[in-house]
Amino acid sequence: MTDTPASSSNFVNIGERTNVTGSAAFKKLIMAGDYAKAVDVARAQVENGAQVIDVNMDEGLLDAEHAMTTFLKLIAAEPDIARVPVMVDSSKWSVIEAGLKCVSGKPIVNSISMKEGEEAFLAHARKVRAYGAAVVVMAFDEVGQADTKARKIEICERAYTLLVEDGFPPEDIIFDPNIFAIATGIEEHNNYAVDFIEATKEIRARCPHAHISGGLSNLSFSFRGNEPVRRAMHSIFLYHAIPAGMDMAIVNAGQLDVYDTIDPGLREAAEDVILNRPNRPESGFESPTERLIAIAERFKGKDAAAEKAAEEWRGWDVVKRLEHALVKGLDAYVVADTEEARQNFARPIEVIEGPLMDGMNVVGDLFGSGKMFLPQVVKSARVMKKAVAHLLPFIEAEKSAGQKAKGRIIMATVKGDVHDIGKNIVGVVLQCNGFEVIDLGVMVPWSTILESAAANDADMIGLSGLITPSLDEMVTVAEEMTRAELAIPLLIGGATTSKVHTALRIAPAYEGPVVHVLDASRAVGVASTLMSDTQRDGFVARTAADYEAVRVAREGKGQNELATIAEARANRAPFDASLVPPAPLQPGRHCFDDWPLADLQPYIDWTPFFRAWELAGTYPAILDDAIVGESARSLFADAKKMLAQIVEEKWLTARGVAALWPCRRDGDDVLVKPLPFRGGVGVEQPHLPISSPEGEEEVRLSFLRQQMKKREGRPNMCLADWISPDGDWLGGFAVGIHGIEPHIARFKANHDDYSDILLKALADRLAEAFAERLHAHVRRELWGYAAGEQLDNEALIREQYRGIRPAPGYPACPDHSLKPILFDMLDAGKIGLTLTESFAMLPTAAVSGFYFGHPDSQYFGVARIGRDQLEDYAVRRGADLKTAERWLRPNLD
Amino acid sequence: MKQSEAAARLRAEAAKRILLTDGAFGTMIQSYRLTEADYRGQLDLTLDQKGNNDLLVITRPHVIAEITEAYIAAGSDIVSTNTFNANRISQADYGAEHLVRDLNLAAAEIARDAAMAAEAADGRPRFVAGAIGPTNKTLSLSPDVNDPGYRAIEYDELKDVYREQIDGLLDGGADFILIETVFDTLNAKAGIMAVLEAGEARGQEVPIQLSFTVTDMSGRNLSGHSIESFWASVRHARPLTIGMNCSFGAPQLRPHVLALSPVADTLVMVYPNAGLPNELGQYDEEPTTTGGFIGEWADNGLINIVGGCCGTTPGHIAAMARAVRGKPPRAIPTPPVRTLLAGLETFTMAA
Repeated sequence: MTDTPASSSNFVNIGERTNVTGSAAFKKLIMAGDYAKAVDVARAQVENGAQVIDVNMDEGLLDAEHAMTTFLKLIAAEPDIARVPVMVDSSKWSVIEAGLKCVSGKPIVNSISMKEGEEAFLAHARKVRAYGAAVVVMAFDEVGQADTKARKIEICERAYTLLVEDGFPPEDIIFDPNIFAIATGIEEHNNYAVDFIEATKEIRARCPHAHISGGLSNLSFSFRGNEPVRRAMHSIFLYHAIPAGMDMAIVNAGQLDVYDTIDPGLREAAEDVILNRPNRPESGFESPTERLIAIAERFKGKDAAAEKAAEEWRGWDVVKRLEHALVKGLDAYVVADTEEARQNFARPIEVIEGPLMDGMNVVGDLFGSGKMFLPQVVKSARVMKKAVAHLLPFIEAEKSAGQKAKGRIIMATVKGDVHDIGKNIVGVVLQCNGFEVIDLGVMVPWSTILESAAANDADMIGLSGLITPSLDEMVTVAEEMTRAELAIPLLIGGATTSKVHTALRIAPAYEGPVVHVLDASRAVGVASTLMSDTQRDGFVARTAADYEAVRVAREGKGQNELATIAEARANRAPFDASLVPPAPLQPGRHCFDDWPLADLQPYIDWTPFFRAWELAGTYPAILDDAIVGESARSLFADAKKMLAQIVEEKWLTARGVAALWPCRRDGDDVLVKPLPFRGGVGVEQPHLPISSPEGEEEVRLSFLRQQMKKREGRPNMCLADWISPDGDWLGGFAVGIHGIEPHIARFKANHDDYSDILLKALADRLAEAFAERLHAHVRRELWGYAAGEQLDNEALIREQYRGIRPAPGYPACPDHSLKPILFDMLDAGKIGLTLTESFAMLPTAAVSGFYFGHPDSQYFGVARIGRDQLEDYAVRRGADLKTAERWLRPNLD
Repeated sequence: MKQSEAAARLRAEAAKRILLTDGAFGTMIQSYRLTEADYRGQLDLTLDQKGNNDLLVITRPHVIAEITEAYIAAGSDIVSTNTFNANRISQADYGAEHLVRDLNLAAAEIARDAAMAAEAADGRPRFVAGAIGPTNKTLSLSPDVNDPGYRAIEYDELKDVYREQIDGLLDGGADFILIETVFDTLNAKAGIMAVLEAGEARGQEVPIQLSFTVTDMSGRNLSGHSIESFWASVRHARPLTIGMNCSFGAPQLRPHVLALSPVADTLVMVYPNAGLPNELGQYDEEPTTTGGFIGEWADNGLINIVGGCCGTTPGHIAAMARAVRGKPPRAIPTPPVRTLLAGLETFTMAA
């Protein structure tokens, strides 16, 4: 399936074309009884990316029940339409109920409200639930439709409480807080969009798990007939409403503009109206509305005539121009040049095989000889992709059997994992070298991988993953490949993967060749060798022997290097009770919904950024490095430029939560009271005693202890060692960078892997920077034990401050499964952070962890632990042994 | 509404060990080689009754009781009623639709008596699942290829058909309603509505068991759902158990069990056929073979309740009981709160 991104998303497009009140063309078809064509409208809508289709037959001259049921039964017979959920839309309950009786799957009802009082509302809601549907609740009560922010919030919260107390699942509630027309000339309407956006934010905060939707077309009703302006208004509105928490909209997805491609004048004027900003007297208009109306006139049928600056290389022969564009990574003219080349050749495929592949070979040679680096290669690939995308329709039209690529590779980030920067880089590099890459995306279940391998007659499969649970999932894929009796090579890559794990765990699960690929630069060599008739067998045999040697070496390593858990505990780090940090100045939970990005910039640690691009070196020295310096400078300049844009145009939103809780140590566990601290600001009580009986309101956080035999005087460390058993404080935090999706979608649509990877890498850096910034804020303000701390960024990166912030899944605290507990205590869902089944955080650019304030606390690696600790840990966590084993597998051998 | 005590007892038992449901009735009935006269008994019916297995609960009750007892002896914790076709639509084929209530009452009483006797004898809890088949009509599909909008039955009509059967089963003493062999998801949704309304009328929670069936190798049922999108479509029923039956043998069901097990926050019950039928349409998979497959599922923590469908016998159930003995049941997962929607595919939203 290629629809993976659409099947799990943070913003849902609901198709509006199968709605007689919204589409004159659809209405005409239904009125004429032409259901066959009406079904085609639904199909086109799904093909164009609608993730849910809204069906509405509310038209005075129609028998709406009959039209609704007829249409729903017809689309049920079309698998390419029926694959997406339906929104049964009517203002009449009888029409909705008739529709629900025809829909299998789980649809959405649009809508119910408290217009006729609470009783009727609940009666409808119970029916909706019994029919197995989610529901849109309009912000409408006995008094009328909610227009102001306060009314929207009040009605939605009341409806939410009623529904949830009645047993309605909160995640199945979608509020429509009413989008009304603005720029109508009536002053009371001016704040409608702001009211919606602000209410959205508050409703999301007050009504956990519920969603916010709305019909966009109302907003721009005053500009009927002026599509460019309406589209711009809708895009700008979403640009502000989505970060506030709007996560669904009834909209024609194909008719939205990218925010930063909107004409700046129009954008400013429309934004002033939407955000109800004060008039700009210098504009010469009486009000923002008047200004927008005046500007709007210009866009009625506007044609953009772009001027192209002539450059020297533009005068060259087309083949030379293509090579130049590929090597330099210039994409401005590539489509036109490709088209010109296509007309010069007999067959479109010859353009690929000729000038384009020649150009890519130059790139490949330069990369192979170390004269070109990954960032440039990815830029070149962007040019190549655009050229190929232009040629593909011609090639398909020609219906040639298709030149066989060097090899066909299925690539996927395994189920439960969402990280794909590395995988995308490998994909690009392989494509540059003539391999056909079928990229299945992220969170791909093994069944999809196997199906795709079979359907595409793949030559090999490449798996990627960043978090440790992905290692297990890779073993599962390998086992299932065995079960399916495959023999094609399996390539393993990604940050947590290793030759050792591959040799010990994955290779034994699969009979075919299994190869761990250390980084992107090795991928081509490995893949080419595996496709070579002469080299393949030797390579496979050598690798297998190599892995066997790893296994033998591992077995030889004695088990006796571990201390028993009892010995390790006896050798715990000494605890200095006199250094226990004071009680926080501001205990409890602190949410930050929009931390200014500009404030995070100075906190960015750039070294890992370059590492992500496989440029070795430390920032800032890397910029002057003799070998990679030039490449690093160019990449850094692009990164800075994009970062400036991110900050200025607010592409991304930094949201975070930090909390400080009373706690105490219990063995290797820390018992935390996650409830909001009720006893006032506890400055006068440096060591708050915890009087409640154990376990009552406390959350148990279990930590792991090092078990390797230590030299005299070196303790076997465990994070709990730095918490006092007599009452102490522990912090927790989670931060995430939101809003990346529309930009990634835009880059993908432009075949622009370079910007895609760049943005993802920057978002990761911003998440880390945010974690660093927030930790400083906690030390200086919220906890306050380091009020006078003054450190520059370099000192921060070297962690020269007091206290640590270890993260679940990292060496000191390697068990990812602590994340759900941490997230619960933090109520991280409130700031939009969720976890996958393998405990990967969403959005992908996110950091979470604990705060320890004791000055002796330090980072360490738990490393290998014994069965005795595993069994003890399982009991402490209340988990069965198998589950605990799965959690701790990376630490078990 | 009063909560079901039987459901609470089943959950408590299932927390301790892997439970067994029963195996096929059809296969066992065949071995009695019953004649038209056996089937018909004293009933005054115009059409031939041979093959109307559901009628035997009235005309040859001891045969059904014996089979039920044989399954209990083999280790079944749950016995199902012999009522797969005891509904107005299927019985109309035999001109016996006026007997539907009596069939369900009698079938539930036979199962109830056997369960109570066994529980009294050894103190181990036993449960009665009132079985409801899918009927031979579909709410999602047109039987006429030239008219895809046509339906041979409507939702409310099917819901009433189910309700009649459900009331008979509950009055006869069934603990749960088992909506099994779901080939059309919308049929199952109508069945769920019928159970909810029956519970409402009684002021008593009626626990629902749901069992999906795949109809081809793509892993989907007739209405086009996979086990995951089926789960999204029926989760509102808060079923006591969810799972699969029939379809194929255990190896063919395994990928779907593997897909369901981590997402379903309730008990998983799977009862496959005894392998695939041979050229003669007979099931010849040996009990030890089936038991081996089931044992592997248990080793991997995939299941809470197992049993058999077409071709299985008390021998198969006994082999399964041996294969799962002492092995821990599947731990019920607590997946994160997500909004699950579904067309034919599942659509997940962060919530």
